[in-house]
Amino acid sequence: MTVDERPGRVSNATPAPDPASPGSGPASPGRAPATSERSNRRAKDDLDRLPVLRATGVHKSFGPLEVLKGVELTMATHDVVCLIGSSGSGKSTLLRCCNLLERIDAGTIELFGHDLADERVNEDLVRRHTGMVFQSFNLFPHLRVLDNVTLAPRRVLGVDRGAAEARAKELLERIGLADKAHEYPDRLSGGQQQRVAIVRSLAMEPRLLLLDEVTSALDPELVAEVLDLVGELAHQGMTMLIATHEMGFAREVADTVCFLEGGRIVESGPPERIFGDPTEPATRRFLQRIIDAGRL
Amino acid sequence: MTWPSRRAPQAAAPVGTVTVGGIDPGPPSDEDLPISLYSSHRPRFRGRAGTAASTVSTLVVIGGLVALIASPAAGSFRNGFLNIHQMWIALAGDPSRGILSVGKGFVLNIWLSLLCEVIVLVLALGVASLRLTRGPVLLPFRALAIAYTDFARGVPVILVMLWVGFGAPSLGIKEISTQSPVVYAGFVLVFSYSAYVAEVYRAGLLSVPRAQIQAARSLGLSSRTTLYRVVLPQAVRNVLPALLNDFTSLQKDTAIVSTLGVAEAVHSAQIAGGVEFNYSGFTVASILFLLITIPLTRYTDRIMNKDRNRRLAGTTA
Repeated sequence: MTVDERPGRVSNATPAPDPASPGSGPASPGRAPATSERSNRRAKDDLDRLPVLRATGVHKSFGPLEVLKGVELTMATHDVVCLIGSSGSGKSTLLRCCNLLERIDAGTIELFGHDLADERVNEDLVRRHTGMVFQSFNLFPHLRVLDNVTLAPRRVLGVDRGAAEARAKELLERIGLADKAHEYPDRLSGGQQQRVAIVRSLAMEPRLLLLDEVTSALDPELVAEVLDLVGELAHQGMTMLIATHEMGFAREVADTVCFLEGGRIVESGPPERIFGDPTEPATRRFLQRIIDAGRL
Repeated sequence: MTWPSRRAPQAAAPVGTVTVGGIDPGPPSDEDLPISLYSSHRPRFRGRAGTAASTVSTLVVIGGLVALIASPAAGSFRNGFLNIHQMWIALAGDPSRGILSVGKGFVLNIWLSLLCEVIVLVLALGVASLRLTRGPVLLPFRALAIAYTDFARGVPVILVMLWVGFGAPSLGIKEISTQSPVVYAGFVLVFSYSAYVAEVYRAGLLSVPRAQIQAARSLGLSSRTTLYRVVLPQAVRNVLPALLNDFTSLQKDTAIVSTLGVAEAVHSAQIAGGVEFNYSGFTVASILFLLITIPLTRYTDRIMNKDRNRRLAGTTA
């Protein structure tokens, strides 16, 4: 799969009568101008043609269980790719292979042009440039919110305490949690914790952000605040690979939606086509189940 | 989906609630209800009656203890163990008759336990980390660490004390054989307690969720930084009560040093007892130990409760 249809994204978004999408998904205000601003940024970055991520023939097994069976995926800078599919289809595993939390068995994953299987590749450096946000937040419970955010910049990048805290406060300010800077994570709601977790990743200024079902552990009323933040990042041009069950969100924010089933990307394309007119029967079946469950 | 079968029995009139002519029959008696929820016995001593009852029982217990100690039959017990004059002699010591001060001896117990605890905390962490390493290169060290913890925890401290305390001087190796008994004693305490504390650490390290490590590594933190900044602080917090428990034990087991003839509290009490044919010195030593260990165990309990509350609060979040 390649993600080279970038003008298509903008023009595809204009034909309004999309049969399967009567106003679903949390619509964030100011979306249309943000999109054009984003495509401007893209034109500026057109020199940056090196793919951020290129996966070819990726296989991964856990014991006898083969989770990934030949995944192909390419992402360019500023791409937002959403991985959809039922639980166990390999979405999370694919993400975890991209920052070397898991090692793949066959195939190649190239990150910023480097083959991750290369012995000279340092996994700490890979992770320094790829942020990851987890379903279960995984904030450090023994550290205050501010220290959660500054830990990695200080210990990995060697930023001094004052500068790291100033930057962290700025980020927390942006998500409206500046007043929680000195609280411990367990005093925060799930949505607040997840937003802090995202900011914790952003503090490292990653080139690629991996989001692993970041709203799945949240109460329904807290989902929107997290998705809004992710949507905002998308508009700002953050390159993101997102595993999600939130179809409305995927349709709104993704440049490309990939449907995974049985360890393969069965179908991928712009969200209008995947949700509006999927060609593969497996995709149709999956989306039908989602619609039956009232989730689309 | 509908569940018609479950609705049917509910529609029928409940047993025992028959209203005739709009007259409320009042609260049904136990016999009227199909299921009894009343306890078969009445609760006793509630409120004021409860306070009175607890006062009476406390007085009875205290009175019993006083009677036991003050009774004429307990006279020899009082004289042998609770003789105030003898207790004072043991506490202060009497150099002219060769009686060592239990109080001074106890100072040795305290600093020995503190010094040993510091060394134990460091060494045990090393042993625990070694046991949790992976990879083929460290296999022999891992095996050694397991053998050590098994051995050191399996042999009574007093046995190791005798072994080292009397064995080392007889080795005839100058550096090892000419040390003071205090050094041998310290070595043995460190040797035994490092094994216990290593297991406590190991439990603590294993109690930190793997997701925490993955989150830390995903931020680019090295395995070393992850251990010191993320895993270890959480691990120690989780096992702090157990660490304090072991410290209390260590503090008490400094008494075993007396077997090597070191002039600590228990040995001094033994001397006083031998010279005076009176055992009140042991009472003094016991009281001194209790003065340290009781606040320590109270403190441990408090931390344990705080920790439990924190965890229970955590489950609802």
